[in-house]
Amino acid sequence: MSPPASPSLLAALFVRDLRLALRRRTEALLPIGFFVVAVALFPLGVGPEPQTLRQIAPGVIWVCALLAAMLSVSQLYASDFADGTLEQLLLTGRSTTLMAAARAAAHWTLTGLPLVIAAPLFGLLFDLSSAALRILALSLLLGTPVLSLLGSLGAALTLGLRSAGVLLILIVLPLAIPALIFGTGAVAAVDAGQPAGAHLSLLGALLIVTALGVPPATAAALRISLD
Amino acid sequence: MNWGSASEFFAMGGYGVYVWGSYGITAALIGVEAWLALRRRRRALNTAVSAARAAAAGEVPR
Amino acid sequence: MSSPPLRFFTFAAPSRFYSLSGRLLPWLWGAAALVAAIGLYLGFFVAPTDAQQGESYRIIFIHVPAAWMSMVVYLAMAAWAAIGWIFNARMASMLARALAPSGLVFTLIALATGSFWGKPAWGTWWVWDARLTSELILLFLYLGYIALVEAIDDVRRADHAGALLAIVGAVNVPVIYFSVRWWNTLHQGATITMSAAPKMQSTMLVAMLLLTFAFWAYAFAVVFVRTRAIVLEREHDAQWVRGLALSARGPS
Repeated sequence: MSPPASPSLLAALFVRDLRLALRRRTEALLPIGFFVVAVALFPLGVGPEPQTLRQIAPGVIWVCALLAAMLSVSQLYASDFADGTLEQLLLTGRSTTLMAAARAAAHWTLTGLPLVIAAPLFGLLFDLSSAALRILALSLLLGTPVLSLLGSLGAALTLGLRSAGVLLILIVLPLAIPALIFGTGAVAAVDAGQPAGAHLSLLGALLIVTALGVPPATAAALRISLD
Repeated sequence: MNWGSASEFFAMGGYGVYVWGSYGITAALIGVEAWLALRRRRRALNTAVSAARAAAAGEVPR
Repeated sequence: MSSPPLRFFTFAAPSRFYSLSGRLLPWLWGAAALVAAIGLYLGFFVAPTDAQQGESYRIIFIHVPAAWMSMVVYLAMAAWAAIGWIFNARMASMLARALAPSGLVFTLIALATGSFWGKPAWGTWWVWDARLTSELILLFLYLGYIALVEAIDDVRRADHAGALLAIVGAVNVPVIYFSVRWWNTLHQGATITMSAAPKMQSTMLVAMLLLTFAFWAYAFAVVFVRTRAIVLEREHDAQWVRGLALSARGPS
């Protein structure tokens, strides 16, 4: 396929990653599938009492979103690593940071964005109020990019390792805890009738810092893993 | 001195289980850690000794 | 001993580290044991009973030093790993790898003693207060680092990947601590805190500081032992190791 006229590196890689992922549509939908099943497990495990479900809903949805993101992120680099494309990309001498950012953006578009759209539907399963559902969607909108960025760092560090999937989850999850706390805190606040502004601001600040700081770290991780 | 008798000391005002449990776990963890570290060093030295002797005896050209 | 002037990187050579650490070890073990004995004596036989917590407060003599050490060791690990990565200094990386298990042990001690301390006060073996929860997350950070470096076969890649992860972790620690405090105040109404440290009489404080020093000396000792092991494992082909090995009086 011919590249669009004067592509920026970021856009070109982003589009390429999306195209490759969409060729294997089933695989691209797996994270969402996991999310659906995992979320449904909680009421089955905890019991159908609406009061309980409403209380655990933000936490359950957020944690499942976190896990769904982490489970799918190593695929992002795996095939390019296996066939040597990743090394070639690094050898071109172009900005590895932008490449890392493009990858994370692609991952978010494929995994995070569908969750942002789907999660409020699942909130209904837990009988969340419409105000809570709105804030849930917003918190996921701000939070899932953070997860994609952290996940791509983890994927770069665990490139090519045998147990990369589980290892990645182990190393990234502690780092994702602040996002989890602020995201679920926002929904819990609205549920209690309080404003969610503070939580969402903190989450937004976290997103900015992560977006600026993690791609360079991911680039460094790629160089470490490939040299 | 704080304690009237040895049994008072071990009872720790009723908190004996917690206080001695804590110190016991700490001692156990530290003991195990130190033992493992020393064992690792000993093993590394033994491996180095065997390798050095093998290299010296076999005059393996390197 | 050696006539050339000591420069900063003199002990960066594994051989020099090995001999220096070997000479220091007996003193470190001795200092740790002696100071711990004095500290424990003060803590148990001189420091008075606390008015509120009775005798259970005596757990702080190990809980607080262990918690401090768990933090300090993580930062030291990240710092040495960073130096090893940035300056390609093998010795620094080896030191970082040796620090991790010790930090893990201190974290476990802090968590276990924290749990035992909280049980009489709260009736449960675990309390989700900000400090204990942060300590738990620190445990996860240590586990992640150790899992990552152990999973990578190539030594250099393992060292540098670990360095990056440790640096990212270290930078995150304040954020994590802040978010956990935030979380703790939100969900409960009243803030759940551990039994607060008692108003520290001077004897209590001295005992705690002595035990902190003892933990410190112990940490140096055990980390040095582990580092020496790593040096021997990695440098076994080197001339100085061969010489050392051949002059050793057989497997001990």
